[in-house]
Amino acid sequence: MLMFGTVAAGPENIPPPKAKYDEDTLCVEPVEIMRRQHFEYILDHRDRTVIEGIRTKKHSLIGCIDCHITPNDEGVYARYSQETHFCASCHQFAAVRIDCFQCHADRPAEAIREALKPDQHARRPVQELLETLQFSTAVFTK
Amino acid sequence: MRDTLDTTEEISTGRRQFTQGVAALGGLAIAPGVFLYHAAGAKPDDQAVSSQQRWGMLVNTNNCHEECDACVTACNEENGVWSLGRPETDAQWIRKLNVRDRQTGHVTSMPMMCQHCEHPPCVDVCPTRASFRREDGIVLVNKHTCIGCRYCMMACPYKARSFIHEPLQDQLPHSPRGKGCVESCTLCVHKVDQGDNTTACAEACAEEGHEALLFGDLNDPESEISKRLEKYGGTQIRADLGLNTGVRYQGI
Repeated sequence: MLMFGTVAAGPENIPPPKAKYDEDTLCVEPVEIMRRQHFEYILDHRDRTVIEGIRTKKHSLIGCIDCHITPNDEGVYARYSQETHFCASCHQFAAVRIDCFQCHADRPAEAIREALKPDQHARRPVQELLETLQFSTAVFTK
Repeated sequence: MRDTLDTTEEISTGRRQFTQGVAALGGLAIAPGVFLYHAAGAKPDDQAVSSQQRWGMLVNTNNCHEECDACVTACNEENGVWSLGRPETDAQWIRKLNVRDRQTGHVTSMPMMCQHCEHPPCVDVCPTRASFRREDGIVLVNKHTCIGCRYCMMACPYKARSFIHEPLQDQLPHSPRGKGCVESCTLCVHKVDQGDNTTACAEACAEEGHEALLFGDLNDPESEISKRLEKYGGTQIRADLGLNTGVRYQGI
């Protein structure tokens, strides 16, 4: 856990979040707590959502992604396989390997809809999929 | 009193019938004109779903066209169930069936999907309790606990579930999907939770002008689906299994 004490050391060019959740705490909880314990909030919230149907945004992964993953100057949203992705920037530094984004979207809905212009998803070549997978694992084995 | 219990029995068999019956009585009328159950619509985001609702679907096969697959397309679009170009292993949340009577030649067309049973065999067999029935009757897979054993796929009499064999990408935020998990129709649970009171397939069917699909609350006697079921009845597919399905069919 100690290593999380040194997190701010990601790449400089990460696009800033959409908004401050709160003037004092900035994020949904104080930043120091979020850096060390964000996964506990998400873990707790995921069961409430899946099992009980509670859909509050405050501690939801969708809420995190919606706010933190913003386009860069060229209007491009980073993928989790890139170190400019908000989550990846720290996970790579701290050598944390998660599997959230094997299933969950790593970008807000608008970015995915944009990427999924008609026919793009209809018949995606196998090769492209395999390349994506190798690329994302390569990030963690370098 | 007797009447209310009898009505309940039609849509709920088994042990829970008694408690549900009592709950229904409690919910129906505290005083004349005062009702405890919620009208179908948005629940607050921070409120858990409850068994006051039981979401279901009514399929009128007389309105379902043999050549139409708008429900399937809409489902795939809504939930990001893209084809990977290999139909044998592509996920199917909803599919169209055309059943021909050999004697008369009459073709009955209908969509087939998770029937959202009250007593789901998929839940019975799941070794990790990943397959579960939500309080409001929607049968789901908790993909966080699913280990991909596929017992549920074997147990389901409706072949409603699919296994994801390959890594996926471009999943939609409201519909996380991935390799190694079983998945099936969620009755558009994300839409239900935001109070849309419909599903992608039912919307698409209505847009086509067929109106063969009707989504609604089976526990709410005032809902369109309950009224139609009360008046015209609805068949359960494989009713002999006693699963009390949430999806009912007419015209079969």
